[in-house]
Amino acid sequence: MDCSHVFDFKVNRLTLVFTLFLALFFVTPLLYAQEDTSKATVTAHAEPEAEKKFNLGKFALHHIADSHSWHVIGDTFIGLPVILYTQGGLVMFNADEFHGDDEAKLVVERAGQRFVKLHEKIYYATATANAEGEYVEVDANHHAKNVRPLDFSVTKNVCTLLLSVVVMLLVFLNVANGYKKRKGKSPKGLQSWMEPLILFVRDDIARPNLGHKYERFMPYLLTVFFFIWFNNMLGLVPFLPGGANLTGNIAVTAVLSVITLIIVVTNGNKYYWKHIFTPDVPWWLYIVLVPVEIIGVFTKPIALAIRLFANITAGHILMLSLIGLIFVFNSVYVSVVSVPFALFIGAIELLVAFIQAFIFTMLSALFIGMAIEEHH
Amino acid sequence: MELLVPEIGLVVFQTIAFLLLMFVLAKFAWKPVLAAIKEREHNIDEALNKAELAKQEMVRLAAKNEELMKEARAERDLMLKEAKTLKDSIVNEAKHQAQTEGAKLIEKARIEIENQKKAALAELKDQVSSLSIDIAERVLRNQLADKAKQQDFVADLLKDIELN
Repeated sequence: MDCSHVFDFKVNRLTLVFTLFLALFFVTPLLYAQEDTSKATVTAHAEPEAEKKFNLGKFALHHIADSHSWHVIGDTFIGLPVILYTQGGLVMFNADEFHGDDEAKLVVERAGQRFVKLHEKIYYATATANAEGEYVEVDANHHAKNVRPLDFSVTKNVCTLLLSVVVMLLVFLNVANGYKKRKGKSPKGLQSWMEPLILFVRDDIARPNLGHKYERFMPYLLTVFFFIWFNNMLGLVPFLPGGANLTGNIAVTAVLSVITLIIVVTNGNKYYWKHIFTPDVPWWLYIVLVPVEIIGVFTKPIALAIRLFANITAGHILMLSLIGLIFVFNSVYVSVVSVPFALFIGAIELLVAFIQAFIFTMLSALFIGMAIEEHH
Repeated sequence: MELLVPEIGLVVFQTIAFLLLMFVLAKFAWKPVLAAIKEREHNIDEALNKAELAKQEMVRLAAKNEELMKEARAERDLMLKEAKTLKDSIVNEAKHQAQTEGAKLIEKARIEIENQKKAALAELKDQVSSLSIDIAERVLRNQLADKAKQQDFVADLLKDIELN
């Protein structure tokens, strides 16, 4: 295939303009967000001058963490439903009821129970406020010691999760429909976008690792690959439908890797289990080897989960930090350096989004392949 | 380290949503898509194989054609050669036959001519003799028209006889 047109200068120029345009969107909400924090500090707390200083670490961690509200633009937030399983049963209310409070200073009463929100986590409130006006008991590191109800809220990450599920269903049912409509013909439109990727997963991930039994595992590998890739990309979109750090959340990556672990364990053949419990070594080495092998069963999925989580989170923190530099130095001129650099990192993150999806799927296929491998 | 502690809510939502997504996509997307791709690949392979076979068949046919051409040419050459020898032999034979026939005809003609000549000579002799008799008769008749002459003639004849 001739791809030379891709490198056409005009196309490059268009891409550059478009990326800069996106970068503009990326910077604006952050600027607004910064304004919010400073305003809030001034009006609500009137804290000493030193504490008003921009805390880059807090800012970045706040943006990559899950949230009970979704920032739209400026001061506009969408309150998401809070669903709690408490000692008194299910409790539901809108996160708007906290009126933007995230420091346990505002108590919401429902079904005879009192709740506060601290750093986007909901706790049972203490009876009286402490010296700082917070309805929580805190330890030396300012971590709340209060009990938490089981929180099944539809948070920002859950919204993104559902959105990505809907998007994936729309995309792939459309693709499948394309195959039905143009039976035996060459792909067209969305179908031809997705077919190379489906073939990539099949020919470069599944077949080399799983051998002739690859078809059984294709649904999982394809779903996990596209799920991670779509959400990585969605996480890079800085405004509304995106912006959540779903694949950089340990809960999500842990669930995915546990599914891989379950597939590995349920499909492992006798050679796999023999290798773990009775490896081909002198019997006295079993004392060391068997525990190591058993630990190995679990470290593989743990490494999978942490790799994806850390890579995506790191990318988000890096971009936020580069933009945050402007506020650290409190000078607009820093943006001359930090915005192009953030743009550069953003481009790399696009690559990372794909690579991490590939690596997760690849290693899942590898682990499954090791478990189902036949020895002759 | 709060980042490393999974939230139960997200774990539950993720598990349910992902498994649902996987089963729905597996049934309605991956299965038909992979089947369609496989079938198409199979068709392409088959078409390519067929093309390859057709190519081989073409080559085979071309070779066969060549062979046939060669054979035909050889046969034609052979036929031409045979025809030539046949023609030569016919011509030779014809020549030979013509010669013998001609010789025969000439011989026949010669004999005929000889016969005719003989016949003509015989007839000529006859005619000459009858003519001379006739002339002699007429001369005699003429000479013997009057008595004197007859007398003379007889006298002459007698004289001759006497001489004998």
